[in-house]
Amino acid sequence: METQPLIAIRNLSKSYRRGDQVIPVLVDISFDIAAGEFLALVGPSGSGKSTLLNCIAGIDTVDSGDIVIGGTDLATLSDSDLATWRSRHVGFVFQFYNLIPVLSAQENVELPLLLTGLSARQRREHAAAALAAVNLSERADHRPAQLSGGQQQRVAIARAIVTDPTIIVADEPTGDLDRQSADDVLALLDRLNDKLNKTIIMVTHDQRAAAAARVIRHLDKGELHVAFSAHPEKRL
Amino acid sequence: MAVPLSYSWRNLWTRRLTTALTAGGMALVVFVFTATLMLAEGLHQTLVATGSPGNAIVLRKGSETEVQSGVTRDAASAVTTRPEIAVTADGRPLAARESVVLLALTKKSTGKVSNVVVRGVEQASLALRPIVRIMAGRLPRPGTFEIMVGENVAKGFVGAGLGQSLRFAKREWPVVGVFDAGNTGFSSEIWGDVEQLLPAFGRQGFSVVVAGLRDPSALPAFKAAIEADPRFQAEVWRETRYYEKQSDMMRKFLTVLGVALTAIFSLGAMIGAMITMYAAVASRVPEIGALRAMGFSRGGILLAFLLESLLLGGLGGLAGVGLAALLGFVTFSTINFQTFSELAFRFALTPKIVLLALAFSLTMGVVGGFLPAVRAARMPIVDALRQG
Amino acid sequence: MLLFRLILKNAFRHRLRALLTILGVAVALLAFGLLRTVLDAWNSGVAASSANRLVTRNAISMTQSLPYAYRMRIRQVTGVETVAAGSWFGGIYIDEKHFFANLAIEAEDFFTLYPEIVTSPEEARAFVQDRKGALVGVRLAERFHWKPGDTITLRGTIYPGQWPMTIRAVYRAARPGIDESTLYLHWSYLDETLKKTMPHRAGQVGFFMIGIADPSQAAAVSKAIDALFVNSQAETLTETEKAFQLGFVAMSSAILLAVEAVSYVVILIILAVAANTMAMAARERSGEFAVLKTLGFRGGTLSLMLLGESMILSMAGALLGVASLAPATALVARTLSQYFPIFAVSRETMLLGLGFGVLVGVLAAIVPAWRVRTVGIASAFRRIG
Repeated sequence: METQPLIAIRNLSKSYRRGDQVIPVLVDISFDIAAGEFLALVGPSGSGKSTLLNCIAGIDTVDSGDIVIGGTDLATLSDSDLATWRSRHVGFVFQFYNLIPVLSAQENVELPLLLTGLSARQRREHAAAALAAVNLSERADHRPAQLSGGQQQRVAIARAIVTDPTIIVADEPTGDLDRQSADDVLALLDRLNDKLNKTIIMVTHDQRAAAAARVIRHLDKGELHVAFSAHPEKRL
Repeated sequence: MAVPLSYSWRNLWTRRLTTALTAGGMALVVFVFTATLMLAEGLHQTLVATGSPGNAIVLRKGSETEVQSGVTRDAASAVTTRPEIAVTADGRPLAARESVVLLALTKKSTGKVSNVVVRGVEQASLALRPIVRIMAGRLPRPGTFEIMVGENVAKGFVGAGLGQSLRFAKREWPVVGVFDAGNTGFSSEIWGDVEQLLPAFGRQGFSVVVAGLRDPSALPAFKAAIEADPRFQAEVWRETRYYEKQSDMMRKFLTVLGVALTAIFSLGAMIGAMITMYAAVASRVPEIGALRAMGFSRGGILLAFLLESLLLGGLGGLAGVGLAALLGFVTFSTINFQTFSELAFRFALTPKIVLLALAFSLTMGVVGGFLPAVRAARMPIVDALRQG
Repeated sequence: MLLFRLILKNAFRHRLRALLTILGVAVALLAFGLLRTVLDAWNSGVAASSANRLVTRNAISMTQSLPYAYRMRIRQVTGVETVAAGSWFGGIYIDEKHFFANLAIEAEDFFTLYPEIVTSPEEARAFVQDRKGALVGVRLAERFHWKPGDTITLRGTIYPGQWPMTIRAVYRAARPGIDESTLYLHWSYLDETLKKTMPHRAGQVGFFMIGIADPSQAAAVSKAIDALFVNSQAETLTETEKAFQLGFVAMSSAILLAVEAVSYVVILIILAVAANTMAMAARERSGEFAVLKTLGFRGGTLSLMLLGESMILSMAGALLGVASLAPATALVARTLSQYFPIFAVSRETMLLGLGFGVLVGVLAAIVPAWRVRTVGIASAFRRIG
């Protein structure tokens, strides 16, 4: 069944200026991401995969080309509109978790909900549900300093899903974790994608992490190369 | 799009030492600011309370203080016949002819001399100033060299205690009473019989005439009549207004000096706040990136950091005002530049001063924290995240 | 050498923070210096006193007068060379805002008594010969654009009425620290006018300025003068000019004490700022210190390095603050000349400022330096994670 792709990227290009040198980072990239897809962007360092992720997530701008997500062309949004759009549509997972150290796990997860119109009680309930989904309910009152790396990342994932965003973007989510924690996190992402149909775009240079995804796209020197399907049996 | 208050507050708490040092610096500035205003206010309150609105004081025209003033016997008698003046139970006008001379006495605290007001009074003087009440000993007997001293004089000057006697103008003047005049200028005066003090100081005429009016509203009529009379060359003031004016010069001096100096070293405290907030921003760059990525706006980030520096200012302000409030127990005794005579007053804290001090403190916080907050808000998201 | 360059680089590693710290210290030290200069200004009368001069006033207080007739008897006391009568005139020029000191004095002996007041011989003569003449200080003349020949009028407060007079001479001080903002008129002008308008007030003076030959005789001469008038209508009190000026200062002792206290509060503020910076610097670099320790640097060396950084910042601030003190005082002296006729920064104040700079530099680094000495290598590494 041919449905409209959730994300349509056309002729995306971006380059950096350093003095009078122009360094291309993304070169004429075009592809689609379907709803419910679990995509891994892989490539050597400097390939532009993080930049591409940032552009899709609305935290970086492109020089030319379009990114249309759920019918919205990101180029048409102003800076503050983009902020609003992100709060509704994107959940972030970072390599170094980026939790707020002075807030508890529960409060960290609640944070994105402050940007919605929910009441305090509703916020607490949603956050509790998200923490339960990542199996960390009993750590709700702990500060990040009291959690292990893997646990912190799971809190970050709970934070990423608590507003029920359209897409989840993860930049090297397992980059700072030991093997066991990394596996836990990847299994969690897999479950989110499989059972809850979340669209996940993950950047990674870790082969194991890439293997957890359904679709793999390879970037090199800013150019998109072949797309692999990591789990052909799970193809949508 | 607001980041919660707890974020700002808890960050201050986490870096307690820095918070304490920065708020401490601001507290010291607020302390000096508040203390200066309290001093000026205390001076004002003391002098405003000195005198009553129902009394009028008659002085020689152009004289700035009672000490400079002179009213001849004839003029004084003529003044007391005015109809605006109230009449006592025994049918006499409620008016007192008084002399005011400055006497150099040795202060206990410095061992050096300062000028104390010696007021020659009549019977009516006590009726005119009901706030003056004997608290130890008794009233001096008219016709004798007995004197009574205000509480602050007895406490602050050598040889002026109850039972002692002061020596001046070639004779001894025994201190038979100490009087309490509340928080007014009279508490820093010495009172005695005017008819004994005039010749002692070589005066022919009185210094002033103090009259109790039938009604406070009678002042304009009284004033017009006296000032128009060519015999007198006098000017008339409501007693409260007259004494209030005597605080003008010093109040201005204290306020200007205090505020100007505080302004200069508030710069130091603000720079301290700036340093702290820049460091706070620098240490939380990845957080800021995450918050922006989540969708918090630049304005929200700006507010969060401004709030933090505002809280710093608030802490400093509360601590500074709290410290200054302790000064309320201290009595300040100095010479009033305007009258050249000794005056004792307290540090007085009013709600207005508290609000001013807190506003000042919060402003220090905002100004100090503004640029760092702008830096936090303007950070490009991608750069901030890269710093993780 | 390498170590010093490292310390210097570390001090300015965070350029903005280093600059802000230096600025904070400088501003606060400037305030400190200004406060101390205010204190000095208050005491300027004392500093300007001459050991060869005595002041005789009424024993009751400065506001009581003495008979002019005392002059002759005082002149005859052994050791007395010159006597000049004088009264504080307290006249107002235009209004209270244009305040300046004005005194009525006996002109003939005035210049003998005050060798530090210098004017040209012609002007001196013109002043002495015109009873309605006025001698004004050069600062005062500049402020109101007066020159010899101008007529001005003072409104009397102690002596009511309008008092017209002509500027006859402008004086300057022979050495710094002497007031150049006073107006002197003739006591004889005052007295002759009073004889006509208020005869009962004529023949009275506020004080006598007395010149003595031998400063070591000051106490003896003072006693002798006072002994002359014991049991008269107006008993006298004679003291050295310095004691007299000190008496004035002591009357405001409470305020002066408060100003002094505030100047020390300012030092505390500086300390808070500097200590904060050093604490931050030390905390941020705790990992680095651990690395240096593994390389073999001793804790004591690292402490000294921190101390060095702190000293560089605080001394830079102190130098900047003290350097800006001179122009700042000059500005205040110009704009607030009516409140502070003498306002100049003393060498002592500058040295004190620099001294406090050193003290603050040491104190701010004490706790971080101590910590870095004793902290174990492993615990420092733990901090980074």
